[in-house]
Amino acid sequence: MSTEVKSPIPGKIVEILVNVGDQVAEDEEIIVMEAMKMKNPVYSTAAGSVQEIKVKEGEEVNEDQVLVVLG
Amino acid sequence: MEDAIIKGLLGLTVGFQHLLIDWRNVIMILVGGVLIWLGIKKDCEPLLLLPIGFGCILVNIPLSEVMMKDGFIRIIYDAGIDTELFPLLIFIGIGAMTDFGPVLARPSTFLLGAAGQFGIFLTLLLALALGFPKLEAISIGIIGACDGPTAIYVTSKFAPQILGAVSVAAYSYMALVPVIQPPIMKLLTTKKERETIMEYKAKPVSKTTKLLFPLVITVIGGLIAPKGLPLLGTIMLGNFMRESGVVERLTKASENEIANVVTLFLGLCIGCTMVGPAFIKAQTLIILALGFLAICLDTVCGVCFGKIMRVVTGGKINPLIGAAGISAFPMAARVVQKEGLKYNKRNYLLMHAMGANAGGQIGSVIAAAIMLAILAGMGVI
Repeated sequence: MSTEVKSPIPGKIVEILVNVGDQVAEDEEIIVMEAMKMKNPVYSTAAGSVQEIKVKEGEEVNEDQVLVVLG
Repeated sequence: MEDAIIKGLLGLTVGFQHLLIDWRNVIMILVGGVLIWLGIKKDCEPLLLLPIGFGCILVNIPLSEVMMKDGFIRIIYDAGIDTELFPLLIFIGIGAMTDFGPVLARPSTFLLGAAGQFGIFLTLLLALALGFPKLEAISIGIIGACDGPTAIYVTSKFAPQILGAVSVAAYSYMALVPVIQPPIMKLLTTKKERETIMEYKAKPVSKTTKLLFPLVITVIGGLIAPKGLPLLGTIMLGNFMRESGVVERLTKASENEIANVVTLFLGLCIGCTMVGPAFIKAQTLIILALGFLAICLDTVCGVCFGKIMRVVTGGKINPLIGAAGISAFPMAARVVQKEGLKYNKRNYLLMHAMGANAGGQIGSVIAAAIMLAILAGMGVI
């Protein structure tokens, strides 16, 4: 079963801390995004391996946009 | 001939001799050094603390004439602080920088911005109880607005003798918001409350609303509190220019060039009000302590109001966002985001906190305006 990690707020992707295939634990910091001139960590919502990264560094995202798919 | 040369050379030591006579100047030169150090090393509001610290050193060098009649800083002071012009010019810039969108999207957060101002009034009462004259008590309370320009505006108008202490308190506490607020936020809330998730759904705000908002606030606010109109009017003028989208050059000038130049002059002048003999007294310490209390009380009121809103909405509001209802923008909102995330890694309070924070920004100006209106009504001013 795959889990989607969605963007909690609108902002810009500053840094992607994982690669496809990486194992991540729940609550691990996987992406750093910037909103309102503040850097915010995005944590993984489940444990699993990274199946797909749907965004690129520097990309502007909206809230609820899927960032990473975990499997 | 030799006599004259020796006398001339002795003239060069007069400053040093004076330094020995009044130790308070020495202390203040050190204080200026500490302010500069805080700005450079600790990155604590350097844009303000650096000129303030330097001004403080300039004015405390014995026989310094910078603040005497026709001294260069006295000229700037009389032109910009005595006339209350500088804080107002800064306000145009603040208005031009602030996006009131998050408040307009969720008008309820505006209430938090109002709740965060209660500290001002509580501190005012306390200062009165401690025996400060009315006008000084008002200026001390206004530190609780956590808003430098508002504090300077009110103080320079009504109690210029304590301007140095009030502005140093206002600006240093603003910088200390990330240290002052979290323990209070934690103390007042339960773990469950802090973990409350607030989802964010962007609500578009129409351009008409954004344009009407500054106009309506100016007119209504002005009618309620004419004495506060310069404060409200300038912040709203800046915001109106921003939202209009047709005067980008003026907006940019207000938020960059004008604000920068004025910040430099403002900082220097405030530093130069910190003259040793007038600054080093128990009263200054009491003002600093009361200012600290004012900001703590703001946080307490904001968070408590957040708790009330949580009950009213059936648990949908995370009371932590109440702490952002002060004017320190955007520091307070960032503190809330950080704290929220600390207790629940799925919780992003930033956008809600920004709403409360922008509300606090107007809230503090409105609170000051209302205070002035009431005092005018009472015949105090």
